[in-house]
Amino acid sequence: MATVEVRHLSKQFVGNATPAVDDLDLATGEGEYLVLLGPSGCGKTTLLRLIAGLEQPTSGEVYIGGEPMVGLPPRARKIAMVFQSYALYPHKTARKNIEFPLRAAGMAPEERAQKIEWAAELLGITRLLDRRPRHLSGGERQRVALARALVREPDVFLLDEPLSNLDAKLRATARDDLKQFQDRVDTTTIYVTHDQVEAMGLGDRIAVMSEGRIRQLGTPVEVYDDPADTFVATFLGSPPMNIVERDDVIVGFRPESLLPKGVVDPDEDAVTVAFDVSRVEYLGAERQAVGTVEGFGPPTRAIALLPANVSVPVPAGETSDFVVRGADLRFFHKATGLRAPRMRL
Amino acid sequence: MSVVPAGRRPRYLADREGFLGPLLLLPAVVYILALVAIPFFLAIGFSLSDVTVGDPSFDYVGLRNFRAVLDDPVFLKALRNSLFITVVTMLFVLVLGKVLALVLVKDFRGKWLVRFLVLLPWTTPVSLATIAWLWLLDSLFSPIDWVLRWLGLLEGNLHWLGNDTLAMVSVIAVQVWRIVPLAAVIISAGLIAIPQDINDAAEVDGAGFWRKLFQVTIPLTAPVMAVATLFGAILVFTDLSVVYVLTRGGPIDATQTLPTWAFFRGIQGGDLAQGAAVALFLLPLLVAMAVLILRSVRKMETM
Repeated sequence: MATVEVRHLSKQFVGNATPAVDDLDLATGEGEYLVLLGPSGCGKTTLLRLIAGLEQPTSGEVYIGGEPMVGLPPRARKIAMVFQSYALYPHKTARKNIEFPLRAAGMAPEERAQKIEWAAELLGITRLLDRRPRHLSGGERQRVALARALVREPDVFLLDEPLSNLDAKLRATARDDLKQFQDRVDTTTIYVTHDQVEAMGLGDRIAVMSEGRIRQLGTPVEVYDDPADTFVATFLGSPPMNIVERDDVIVGFRPESLLPKGVVDPDEDAVTVAFDVSRVEYLGAERQAVGTVEGFGPPTRAIALLPANVSVPVPAGETSDFVVRGADLRFFHKATGLRAPRMRL
Repeated sequence: MSVVPAGRRPRYLADREGFLGPLLLLPAVVYILALVAIPFFLAIGFSLSDVTVGDPSFDYVGLRNFRAVLDDPVFLKALRNSLFITVVTMLFVLVLGKVLALVLVKDFRGKWLVRFLVLLPWTTPVSLATIAWLWLLDSLFSPIDWVLRWLGLLEGNLHWLGNDTLAMVSVIAVQVWRIVPLAAVIISAGLIAIPQDINDAAEVDGAGFWRKLFQVTIPLTAPVMAVATLFGAILVFTDLSVVYVLTRGGPIDATQTLPTWAFFRGIQGGDLAQGAAVALFLLPLLVAMAVLILRSVRKMETM
């Protein structure tokens, strides 16, 4: 097992105006599951490829297990990678695919067979070993790709959006499988995704990235509850945090914090606002009310997410009193977007 | 035609698939009939007759021409040479074409110039290019000999085209030079089609250059390489110009091939019937190659 650390890492692609990765520092813990989360083009995959050695940095250092890695080819880094497309060798059976890294490492045939057996059993693909990738389903391919990464017993796993090629239903089970796999293998893992549900569910810590930089690094609870800036606040959450500009601060509150007045205990510290509801969507487990909120500052568009057990009627086209608990308000500096200390409204 | 609904444009003749389809196919059909099918059946007809340039009247003579061709010792020599030139050429073409393709898909400065130069032999008409080679291989003034003499490797002249072995080497060299660009372009198309992820995966999995080449790149481009090889083989096997311009099949039939012998017999010798019979011996081999091409194309489609 090993940790991964990058220091002042930058990558500038020829012909691009801005760097894909910009003077970035990041360190994983031992056996940690670290998720790189960000919109497409934020540099998360480039960062992963720099760690893998598939790209060379413009400047900066990459350390795996404390050893400097820049300049070394991927095969010298004791890493294993699972690609978005799985990148299985189409002309090889699942068994040969899993065997490939072992042969490259010069392992003896009996030992190879044992290793394949072990990995296949762990991932439940023993009966699929003699099929070619073409005859495997998306989920099965993903398991073969994981097995191929696993047999090498790498120091570090690098996973590049391994679930994004699966359909929605399969993705939920595959995420479960990944979680179990992670618990059993307990190897340092860096996981790239643009899907916040995956990030929140799988990550020990999440690094939220944008424009080649890490905007916030923290546990799922930290990045969701205490966003470091307005980018993180509005990137995480679905729907994202409501943002109201007021003089030189920005007031933010999660849609689930905007509640009808009657729901909240009147003794609690809360801010009452007028919410002009223009549309209500019934989503089964919750209701989503879209409208204009007034009270924090100038009237601003906002969304309220009401769980199904809040049965207060919220008719569209009417203005009613809503509240946000003082503890649920977040403040940001308007100029920088960075987090500001709490204040009373 | 059906009733035109009010307010709609009427259907024109070209709107009818039953008319438009055959119309669009027609040029291709005419082309194949005029330039492939008619000459082919004419050749079969001629080979069973006694037609000569002097006496074009058609008299059926059965298999007499084929018997005469088989009895001629030059036939076996020409057949052997044809196969030998094709096989050796294609071995070199495969290796060099693959190497060149690997170079062509890499990104480097001046790539466009290298690509242009690589493709140049393919864009030059065969006969013109071969005439240039004829000068390069001249028995007295060959620049290749100059260079060898300058390097101190040679005294006097090699007489490239005057010596059995060297004449064969020359023919094969020119064929390789001519076919390699085509093979390289076809193979590099196959290389580009390999997803980047697969190349990356092989690198992360610890494969070095050779392991990646033989375990990943070559298996994945095998169908494309098969197509390149078979196309090249057909071009070399049926080629007349290179041997005709360089050696005229000489010295004393040492580089005689089936196409050149058919040409000398049928056109220059005037015995159209025997020339046709010689040329028809190319057919079974060409059919076999065509079948192989179609098979590897189908394999590509299912991969």
